[in-house]
Amino acid sequence: MSWAPLALSLEVAALSTLVALLFGTAIAVLLAWNKVPFRELFYALVCAPLVLPPTVLGYYLLVALGTNSALGRAWESLTGTTIVFSFTGAVIAAAVGSLPMVVRSARIGIEAVEPNLIAAARTLGASPARVLRTVVLPLAAPAIVAGAMLAFARALGDYGITQMVAGQLINGTETASIHVMNALYGGREEDARNMAIVTTIVGVGLLYLANRVLKKLSGAHV
Amino acid sequence: MSEPGGTLAANIAMRRGELQIEIELECGPGITCVMGPSGSGKSTLLSVLAGLTVPDRGTVSLGGQTWLDRAKGIDVPVRNRRVSYMFQGLALFPHMTAQHNVEYGMHDLDRSARASRAIQLLERLGVAHLANRRPRTFSGGEAQRVALARAIAPVPRLMLLDEPFSALDRQLRAQLIALVRELVTELAIPLVHVTHSVGEARLLADQVLRIEKGKIVDRGAAATVLADVTHIED
Repeated sequence: MSWAPLALSLEVAALSTLVALLFGTAIAVLLAWNKVPFRELFYALVCAPLVLPPTVLGYYLLVALGTNSALGRAWESLTGTTIVFSFTGAVIAAAVGSLPMVVRSARIGIEAVEPNLIAAARTLGASPARVLRTVVLPLAAPAIVAGAMLAFARALGDYGITQMVAGQLINGTETASIHVMNALYGGREEDARNMAIVTTIVGVGLLYLANRVLKKLSGAHV
Repeated sequence: MSEPGGTLAANIAMRRGELQIEIELECGPGITCVMGPSGSGKSTLLSVLAGLTVPDRGTVSLGGQTWLDRAKGIDVPVRNRRVSYMFQGLALFPHMTAQHNVEYGMHDLDRSARASRAIQLLERLGVAHLANRRPRTFSGGEAQRVALARAIAPVPRLMLLDEPFSALDRQLRAQLIALVRELVTELAIPLVHVTHSVGEARLLADQVLRIEKGKIVDRGAAATVLADVTHIED
């Protein structure tokens, strides 16, 4: 059995989680600020990947990032490559699909920070950025990490959006989930089973480790 | 390092749900106890003085420096007012050690100066042994002392206390009251202290304000205002 599909899936999942973590946390911070206009509508849009079929989401991404889009053309003139049907496309697809996991979890964590702690920091002379950096984000960290874990799990298991945006092969390799599908339909049942088992062990193992880290983080703040 | 607080003057009006708050007060250096039933606007008053809440109308100034003037559009940010606020639940940062809690407000000092002042204050308040521990391990009295150290560390121009001693036993409360009195005298700043305890007000207050339904109904020396009062209703 080739390890390349699993390695590719882990790489895509790790990078997309990082992207989702950065953007998701920033969006959650913005959503916690009650002066943002239409913030619940914005929240619903950000969380749309949870309810949209992967093919629909993939379609939107193809339209937004494809070679006929302004973004796609700008990327192509800058790098000489396309976003779609590439490793970058796979990372973006997985990040968009897993973004709601981070945003929802981070928003809950941020809004759970006791308002008096924020008020105390402000009266002690902290600027809004310092309050965010030293009080809000550290206290919301367990929830943000939990969101990132879910995002990773979602990205690792993604099939539909990745296939729509990045295609069957990325740099000549399939992702683990696409490999399982292709092996199964190509009559390589043992190959499909082995990849399914290894992906499950790696995914569950990583989640177990992350859960332990999360428990440690949560305990430190109680 | 110390900058005298001067006289705190406020004249504010605002609506909070059903409650119409209209309060005018003047507090010189020393302790002013604000008493009144729950929901009478005491905590909102502190929040306005700190700059955490903006009233509909009014002014707030300290030592002649205007912090808030709604008519002129002046609203000095909370972080520039140098106000120490001790909340009812103390609001110690749970993810920081006692020392880091105390250091938090001293961002204008360098790291070693911050650390040495924090340790000095913790020692003075008898809780230096907690320096490297986090608040979840503190007893009620220890947490109060650390919170007090944090409140005075940035050398405030005004201190606001929102019933921080209410959960303590009598003996501990008396010790902390004595400590607060000593610190305020030393800093020569106004301190506005919200309390339900008549005993606490008699011990602490230079001036007492009684608030009911958002209005001041009585003010003056503790001995006069509280002469016939045995308790304040919740």
